[in-house]
Amino acid sequence: MDKNTNNYTFLFSGILIIVVGATLAFAAESLKPMQKENVRLEKMQNILASVKINVDATEAKATFDQYIVDQVLLNNEGNVVEGSEVGPFDVDVVKQYKTEAVADRFYPLFVFEKGGLRKYIVPMAGKGLWGPIWGYVAFEEDMNTVFGSTFDHKTETPGLGAEIKETWFQDRFIGKTIFNEGGEYMSVEVVKGGVDVSGNNHAVDGISGGTITSKGVGEMMERTLNVYVPYFKGNMQAAL
Amino acid sequence: MSETAEATVQEVEVEPKEPLFSSKNKRLLTDPLNDDNPITIQVLGICSALAITVQLKPTFVMSVSVLFVMIGGNLIVSWLRNLIPSRVRIIVQLVIVAALVILVDQVLKAFLYDVSKQLSVFVGLIITNCIIMGRLEAFALGNKPWPSFLDAIGNAAGYAWIMLAVAFAREFFGSGKIWGMQVIPKGDDDIWTFTDLNFYNVNGVQYYADNGFMILPPMALITVGIIIWVQRSKNTKLIEEN
Repeated sequence: MDKNTNNYTFLFSGILIIVVGATLAFAAESLKPMQKENVRLEKMQNILASVKINVDATEAKATFDQYIVDQVLLNNEGNVVEGSEVGPFDVDVVKQYKTEAVADRFYPLFVFEKGGLRKYIVPMAGKGLWGPIWGYVAFEEDMNTVFGSTFDHKTETPGLGAEIKETWFQDRFIGKTIFNEGGEYMSVEVVKGGVDVSGNNHAVDGISGGTITSKGVGEMMERTLNVYVPYFKGNMQAAL
Repeated sequence: MSETAEATVQEVEVEPKEPLFSSKNKRLLTDPLNDDNPITIQVLGICSALAITVQLKPTFVMSVSVLFVMIGGNLIVSWLRNLIPSRVRIIVQLVIVAALVILVDQVLKAFLYDVSKQLSVFVGLIITNCIIMGRLEAFALGNKPWPSFLDAIGNAAGYAWIMLAVAFAREFFGSGKIWGMQVIPKGDDDIWTFTDLNFYNVNGVQYYADNGFMILPPMALITVGIIIWVQRSKNTKLIEEN
């Protein structure tokens, strides 16, 4: 058969594409459950990392089930949503931030308990300079003081904005508060470099050269935590 | 087949009764390790050398991935070499390589998730690794499967050992680790105390501080440069006339 005819070329290409397409589709479908599980385990690791528990992927599920005693889902007004289709853990805040209108967004809250002390973990998503940023902020039992935080990003500049995923930046949030003396909501602001924020409970120093990403973190916290305020206040009142 | 294509194909004439490891076939394995190394001599595929050689473990996974794609690509193209229409041969090669790379990527995501996150886009970029397309076009298209298989192993190994050497140097001097294990003991105040090998001696205190420059991309290029320099000074036939 003459290999240089158009018919042969089309025939060969056609068969090749079908074989390759079928192989890849089969591989992708059969590996999908394991890949999804990996993403879930990573999410558990990230949630636990915000309360300073670092575990391997292999132990993530057991540890998560042991310490996360409750999961709550809030709507945009800050009211608890009961019996929703997706559980709090399955809400993808990053995707939701991109695709859903503000009124349609859901806000999960993870309650962590160890040694009788509770911590409240809030997932959040926002915008950096180049792409999405996200993170988890854990609050002390008083629902006011930041216990720990973890942030991550997709495409921020290495060495600048990407530093938000480093502990030295995340540790700056520890001990900051989101309610002022009068009990009013006042988020933690990320201020532009070099300002002394040691006496200020509502501000942290940003990253030099990563101003837009730093501001993104501040904006993300301000906007997200605002939704949780009614819930936090309600719980504080109940505790009194 | 067009004339230009024929000119680029290295014809290795394999006699019908040639033993599996004839000297010719052995050279296919050993040449790329030194005299014809894809990275230091042909300077192909060094893009990935810059990107993923900060630590040994991802480098190793990357090397194994390249080995797999290389062997698969060379074998498939060699088997199909008499069937591939020459007018679309580059696209056919590309489709085969891309399919293999996506397979590797999917498997890594399922079984080695943390490594796959570290390698991120670079697994996908194996598709554009010049070594692979280069070997398919220059060798597999004109040779039987067995020599092509050996050629694939040789070239992938030639790629791997350079990558691993670079990664070793960068991880050791950059973070004081080998394969993620702390080998230079960590002292107080984030200073690596070090008594036997006197890296730095300040005010009578001996310590080794991480060389942060080693983990930045430029050092990969410089390390590859040093390897090329050492190799050429040892192997003088590699030095060009001018």
